[in-house]
Amino acid sequence: MRLVILDDYDLASEWAAKYIRNRIVQFKPSADRFFTLGLPTGSTPYGCYQKLIEYYRHGDISFKYVKTFNMDEYVGLPRAHPESYHSYMWNNFFKHIDIDPANAHILDGNAQNLEEECQAYEQKIAEAGGIELFVGGIGPDGHIAFNEPGSSLVSRTRVKTLAKDTIVANARFFGNDLSKVPTMALTVGVGTVMDAKEVMILITGAHKAFALYKAIEEGVNHMWTVSAFQQHPRTIFVCDEDATLELRVKTVKYFKVMTINKTPKFVWWLK
Amino acid sequence: MPSNKSVSDAPITQFINCRILRDNELQREDLWVREGRILDPEKLFFDEQGYADKRVDCEGSIIAPGFIDVQINGGYGIDFSQASENVSDGVSFVAKKILEHGVTSFCPTLVTSPPEVYHKVTVSFLSVLPQVKVHDGGPHGAGVLGFHLEGPFISAEKKGAHPEKYLRTFKSGGLEDLMEVYGSLDDVAIVTLAPELPGSQSVVRELSRRGITVSLGHSAADLSQAEEAVQHGATFITHLFNAMLPFHHRDPGIVGLLTSDRIPAGRTVYYGMIADGIHTNPAALRIAHRAHPSGLVLVTDAITAMGLPPGRHTLGQQVIEIQGLHAYVAGTKTLSGSIATMDMCVRHFKQASGCSVQEALEAASLHPAQLLGISHKKGKLDYGSDAGQNVENDFLPFKLPKISVYYPESQRAH
Repeated sequence: MRLVILDDYDLASEWAAKYIRNRIVQFKPSADRFFTLGLPTGSTPYGCYQKLIEYYRHGDISFKYVKTFNMDEYVGLPRAHPESYHSYMWNNFFKHIDIDPANAHILDGNAQNLEEECQAYEQKIAEAGGIELFVGGIGPDGHIAFNEPGSSLVSRTRVKTLAKDTIVANARFFGNDLSKVPTMALTVGVGTVMDAKEVMILITGAHKAFALYKAIEEGVNHMWTVSAFQQHPRTIFVCDEDATLELRVKTVKYFKVMTINKTPKFVWWLK
Repeated sequence: MPSNKSVSDAPITQFINCRILRDNELQREDLWVREGRILDPEKLFFDEQGYADKRVDCEGSIIAPGFIDVQINGGYGIDFSQASENVSDGVSFVAKKILEHGVTSFCPTLVTSPPEVYHKVTVSFLSVLPQVKVHDGGPHGAGVLGFHLEGPFISAEKKGAHPEKYLRTFKSGGLEDLMEVYGSLDDVAIVTLAPELPGSQSVVRELSRRGITVSLGHSAADLSQAEEAVQHGATFITHLFNAMLPFHHRDPGIVGLLTSDRIPAGRTVYYGMIADGIHTNPAALRIAHRAHPSGLVLVTDAITAMGLPPGRHTLGQQVIEIQGLHAYVAGTKTLSGSIATMDMCVRHFKQASGCSVQEALEAASLHPAQLLGISHKKGKLDYGSDAGQNVENDFLPFKLPKISVYYPESQRAH
C-alpha cells in the first residue's frame, strides 16, 4: 500500500485530484478505450471534486471518454431529493464537466427489482472492461461504501441495511431527524471494489483516525471492511495529518518521507 | 448525442456563465431551455441522458424573466384606443418594439372610449376588442395577455385625461352595463373601475368570478369603499397616487389598501407604479415600496409618443413635444402622459428605492405574473416556466444595461 499524508484537507484533496487527473491523461482514453472510474460521495471527496472541476475548466482534463460508476445510493429516496447521491453527483460534479450522461452510472435505489438492479450494475462494470481506478472513502466504523461491519469481504453489489453508526452519521443531512434517514442502500461489494485495477481511499479528519488505524495497522477483518485492501496489489490511502492521529509514529514517518519524494508533478505537456 | 429523444426531439439550449433570478435571488447557475420551457437539467441528465445542443455564453450577465407590462396605451405612434382597420397590426408593431425594453408579455390598454371602439358593430373592422386575441410571444413580439380596459366606469372627478362624455355608470345593474359597453369580455385581462359607483359590488364579483383582474383607479373612493371592493374580489390599484384621492391620515383612501388590515386572508393587493421619476415623486415611491414591497407592480402607462424621437409630433388631435423623458402638450408644461420604457422604470425604481437587483426585476416580472394569476407559467425561471427571458448586463445605477431577449428556439429576438 501507499500511504500519502498531506498537511490538511485542501492539500489532500488536491493530491487526490491530481492523481486522478494524471491517471486519466496518461491512459489517453478514446472512443474505443474508455477510462473507467469508480466514485464516492460524502463530505470527504467534495474538495477533490472541486479540484477536478477546476482542472477541467482550465483545460487540463476532459471526461469525454471517461465512464463513471458510483459506489452506492439510498433505497427509497426520490432521485430528486437533495440528499440523494444522484443529486450530490449532479450538483457537485456532473453538471460542471463534459461527461456524456450515458457514461455516468449510479445505482437506482427506486428500481422495481433491487436485486436485478444490483446484478445489472455488476454486468455494466464487466461490460465496461472493469474499473481502472476506484476512488472511495471510509466510514467512522471502517466501512467502504455501505459495506457495514460484518459484510463479507468477497461480497458483490447488493442491498444492505445501514448500521446505526451510519444512520447517526448521516442524520446531519436530514435535519438531524433520525426517522428521515433511509435505512437501506444499494452498494457495490467489497469484492467488487477489490476487482478494480487500482484503489484510492480518501480519509480526512480526526474522527476517521481510529478507522484508519484499524484498516491498515491491524489485521484483515470483516468488522473493518476497508482492511480488505491490504490484500489488493495497488492501493493508495490519501489522508491529512488529523487522520493519522491513531497511527504509530513509525508508520507515519516511513510514509511521510516517501510522499515528499513522489508528489505527482503538474502535467504540463498536455497542451 | 444531445438527448436519447425519449422525451422530445427538440433542440436544447444551455445558457452558461450567467446569474439567474430564481427563488428571489441571483444564483450562479446555468439556464436550460427546450421548446419554450425552462428545463430541469438534472432530469435531462439522468432520465434522458441528454445534454445541450447549443451553448450560449452570457459573459456574466443576469438572466431575468421577461417583463410584463400590464398598463400600456400604445407607443411608436400607435394608439391602441384608436379605432382603425388594422388594430392588430398596430398591436403587433408595438409588441415587437417593446421586446427591446425586455417586455415579453403585455396587456394593451384601452382608455375610456366610445362603444364602437369596444364592439364589433358591423362587418367593417373598426372595432378594437375583437381584433386582438390573447396569444403567446415569440421572436415576432411580446405576447398579449389580454386587454386592460381602463374605463369607462370611472369617476368623473378623477377622470384625468379620459374624455368625460364617454364615462359610464352602472345603470342596469352591473353585468348588463359591462356587456353593453364592451360587447365581449373574452380577451380581457384587467378592468379598471371606480368602486364608489353604485352597483359596482356585483360587477367586481362577476368579473372576479370570470377570472378577470379588477383594478381600482380613477376613483374618489375612501378607504372603506376600497376595502369593500377588495372583499368582493378587486386585487389591483391602477397607477397608485395618480387619479385618486391623496393620502390623508384620517382617511387614507385607496392608498390605504397597502397597509389595510381588512384584506381577506391569503390575498395580496397589488398596485401599479409608474416609476419614471415624473409621475411619482421618488419619496412617494419609497413610501409605497416600504409599506408593501411585495405588491409593487411596475407599469409604464406609456402613451402613443413613447419610443418616438425628441421633438414635436402630431398624434391624432394632439401635438406633443418630447423633451428627454417628458412628453408635454406642445407649447405648455402640461404632461400628456408617460413615455418611459419598462427597462427605464426598472432602473429608476432600483435607484430611487435602493432595493436589490432581484427586487427591481421581480417588480416587473414576478409580481405582475402573480397579479394575473399566471405565475406558474410566467414571471419566473422555474422548471416548466415559459422561456421568454431577458439577458441583462450588470445593473449598475449609471450604466445602461444592454437587454437581449431570447426566445424558445434561441434565435435572438433582439
